[in-house]
Amino acid sequence: MTDLSHLRADFPILAREVNGKPLVYLDSAATTQKPVQVLDALDDYYRMHNANVHRGAHTLAAEATEMYEDARRKVAAFVNAASPQEIVFTRGTTSGINAIAYGWGLYHLRPGDRIALTTMEHHANVVPWQLITRHTGAELVYLPLTDDYLVDVSRIDETIDDRVKVVAFSGMSNVLGTIGPLTEAVAAAKTVGAITVIDAAQLVPHTPTDVQAIGADFLVFSAHKMLGPTGIGALWGRRERLEEMEPAEGGGEMIRDVQLHTSTWADVPHKFEAGTPPIAQAVGFGAAVDYLTAVGMPRIREHEKELTRYALDRLSEIPDLKMYGPKDTSLRGGAVSFTLADIHPHDLATILDQHGVAVRAGHHCAKPLMRILDVPATARASFYLYNVVEEIDTLVVGLHDARRLFGVA
Amino acid sequence: MSLDELYRQVILDHYRNPRRSGRLAEPDAHADGNNPLCGDDISIDLALREGRVLDVAVSGRGCSISQASASMMADRIVGETLEEVAELTHRVKRLLDIEEGDAGLDPDRPGAALGDLESLAGVRRFPVRVKCADLAWTTLEQALSVHHAKNG
Repeated sequence: MTDLSHLRADFPILAREVNGKPLVYLDSAATTQKPVQVLDALDDYYRMHNANVHRGAHTLAAEATEMYEDARRKVAAFVNAASPQEIVFTRGTTSGINAIAYGWGLYHLRPGDRIALTTMEHHANVVPWQLITRHTGAELVYLPLTDDYLVDVSRIDETIDDRVKVVAFSGMSNVLGTIGPLTEAVAAAKTVGAITVIDAAQLVPHTPTDVQAIGADFLVFSAHKMLGPTGIGALWGRRERLEEMEPAEGGGEMIRDVQLHTSTWADVPHKFEAGTPPIAQAVGFGAAVDYLTAVGMPRIREHEKELTRYALDRLSEIPDLKMYGPKDTSLRGGAVSFTLADIHPHDLATILDQHGVAVRAGHHCAKPLMRILDVPATARASFYLYNVVEEIDTLVVGLHDARRLFGVA
Repeated sequence: MSLDELYRQVILDHYRNPRRSGRLAEPDAHADGNNPLCGDDISIDLALREGRVLDVAVSGRGCSISQASASMMADRIVGETLEEVAELTHRVKRLLDIEEGDAGLDPDRPGAALGDLESLAGVRRFPVRVKCADLAWTTLEQALSVHHAKNG
């Protein structure tokens, strides 16, 4: 098994106790913990270089600008973008998808046009498109799931027809772990001339990602789900798509010239970065990307596949436990959703918390998917590079305690 | 262990066998409540006669604490006057540490004389779950205040 346990020393929070027990953090799909390398980068930026970017002649402003743009170069390299100019810094995945919906969808969609999503989407990749249908008269269509919790690619041809102008889907489900139909959906979209938008909030942190190889038009992700700070994410867009996209937000930093009644925009990507950007967060994002690169994304993916395999095996030994997601770890990531007998997921989360185990319980911002699974909520354990198999053993002990407390025979 | 206090047998019994579960055909008062944090849902129908609760029906779904609290509430308030219901609601909220004041609460046994409802005392040690236990009571207050506003 890939042993990454030496990395745990880099994450100060993993040494703390919760409810008198060592913390077992199994909620990385919600947000990840931060290594000292990221914390130090934030600290160093604020202590030594803090200034506003892009418009100061003084030394600190030049340093801050250089650090901010250096982070853009690092993030671009991390997903193999053709150029750093294809990386727009956003507030996170949600704001990235909204920027595309309001900057591209609003200007290109007409009544009768269709936006194709899948039924496993996070609300962040549903609600912005619902809002855009109100403005444009376009409508939503959905690719369904198979009984094995995979996106049903056999339905792609009938769903993605020439009325479809946008195909937007999750690269990896935050509930099921399912990897989205990257190859099939991008190919189908190209055939009908639709653009593709990939919600990669779970994909980029957990698998090596090459945007040029995937061939989509847009791919968005968040720093805080990949060891970086909250409040920043990246929108990668193919250069020509970014050129034809309008800014969803106006303000300082994003203009070339402003007159009383009209303005012209700065070049890509700055035309999408209105206002003072999250500079320290960008620096932290760059440090997170450096950390992940040093460990190696293929190694991280391998480690998480092993953890997931172990978790699926151990959890399947627990009577009355039902898991929601593919069994084949090559088709999924490390978010493992489950229910246990008639115990509500929030009760499970409370019980596990007393064992020091942090899991998420709820609808995971995927209410349409919850209805399809016919559950009000699930509990979810999710893994990252710093997790070890012993933590999954603790999870299993906690779940047996839940069975005892609820008198599940 | 405090988990055993949270998940007492009486809580699990009400969770699995909710009392007065369902809807009333023609309720005099009604309110829906939900706890967006947890996704707990509850609907309360009340039949009222001459300032008393004649009948109540509760429906919804959610965690054991929210559903048990609703079931115990329904079980308890039938036959009570609206003043008694209001007083009971305040006592439960004090038991849950939502409202200030110890008036009427035994410091050693704050839920004394509350019957099954005493079992909610265990929730005090789980601040995140207090909202679950409170949902039924806040929804009950809403139903009665809407009724009061309509009928004077």
